[in-house]
Amino acid sequence: MPKIKPPVRTPHIDMTPMVDLFSVLLIFLLLTASFRPQEAAVITTPQSVSEKTAPDADLMTIFISKDGKVFFNIDNGRDTSTHFRSKLLEKIGEQYKIKFTKVEIAKFGTMSSFGLPIKDLKTWLNTKETKDKDKLQTGIPMDSTDNQLAWWVREARLTNVGAEVAIKGDADTDYKIVKKVMDLLQDNKVNKFNLVTNLQKQEISVKDIPAAAK
Amino acid sequence: MAEIIQEEKGKKGGKRKAKKHGTRIDMTPMVDLMCLLITFFMLTTAFSKAKVMVITMPDKEDTKDKDIDKPQIAAFRTLNIILSEGDKVYYYIGMADPKKPPLPMLIKTNFSKDGIRKILLDKNRDLFTKIAEYRDKRVTGKIVVSDTTLDNEIKRMKKDDKKGPIVLIKADDKAKYKDIVNIIDEMAICNIASYAIVDINSVEKDMLKNAPK
Repeated sequence: MPKIKPPVRTPHIDMTPMVDLFSVLLIFLLLTASFRPQEAAVITTPQSVSEKTAPDADLMTIFISKDGKVFFNIDNGRDTSTHFRSKLLEKIGEQYKIKFTKVEIAKFGTMSSFGLPIKDLKTWLNTKETKDKDKLQTGIPMDSTDNQLAWWVREARLTNVGAEVAIKGDADTDYKIVKKVMDLLQDNKVNKFNLVTNLQKQEISVKDIPAAAK
Repeated sequence: MAEIIQEEKGKKGGKRKAKKHGTRIDMTPMVDLMCLLITFFMLTTAFSKAKVMVITMPDKEDTKDKDIDKPQIAAFRTLNIILSEGDKVYYYIGMADPKKPPLPMLIKTNFSKDGIRKILLDKNRDLFTKIAEYRDKRVTGKIVVSDTTLDNEIKRMKKDDKKGPIVLIKADDKAKYKDIVNIIDEMAICNIASYAIVDINSVEKDMLKNAPK
């Protein structure tokens, strides 16, 4: 007599290898993604239809906040062994007769945007508290007697000749400050600017052309 | 649903059941979460690249070059746009030469679809239609070109254009950065072939004082 077989159970697929693969993928993505460093001032950029993206390396960025404070950032180059930031700090130190220790230069090489007069740089690099550090960031001075931004731009261009310039300005910044920055850049023979914007598409077609006046 | 089948403890001296399979946790929800996390990271790293608007300015004039005559441009092709506070956009056509009165009237408009865009499209209709039709042909598949060819072709069409307006963009001290970005954006939207950002002069500052509010 045939035995009554137990009811067939639905097969349970063992998910363990799949979870393993997903973990590996996730860890890979986490490691290859670099975190965006905290910027000194919150800047809401204006909107534009432009879809071009900024280059991710060999780029110097000038940030202009709503109240006209100017910050500066430059990366270490496509190949980080070129240490552009460290070289830049040494050159600025020579220019302003400030001696930076190796520790300070190394620290500067790992940081990102900053906006403070050069005389405060040493204190800023040595402060540990983030709150105190932020208080020191009063913006890079641009007055005609001591145009520090001009020096930063000039030395940055000499350090990394192929660097492009991006301007990240707040939508409500006074245009005259942006114009001052652009004039400064033109004095340094930079005529091509990348203005950082948010993408907002505009629909337009031939139908939008107004009827010709008779 | 997660099924946790507990291992039965063997009772002392009692009947020992056959050893059951160990604790089995159903991994499906965990795999779902992993999927979501990976997709999230893949998309956000791609998005974090900020978008930029590229502008190229002509070389700043050296003082020695001032004596060389600038090429003459027909007055009716020039469109001067003056940006002021509160998103106000003023424009006038032609030159404002105090030696040749009367000075042109400043016309007030704004950044809406019916504002400066209408004026620009009206003056630039031929070139705009040409470029829009070219883009349409590419989108509908009538011609197959790469992105770089498209850009180069549009650049060539703009260079060869002889009838479109030449726009001079000026901003007074009270204009905001977003006004300039907006107007350059309009240049791109309306396919304007030649435009330049120039300094506002004293004649125009006076015109602004008498302009409609």
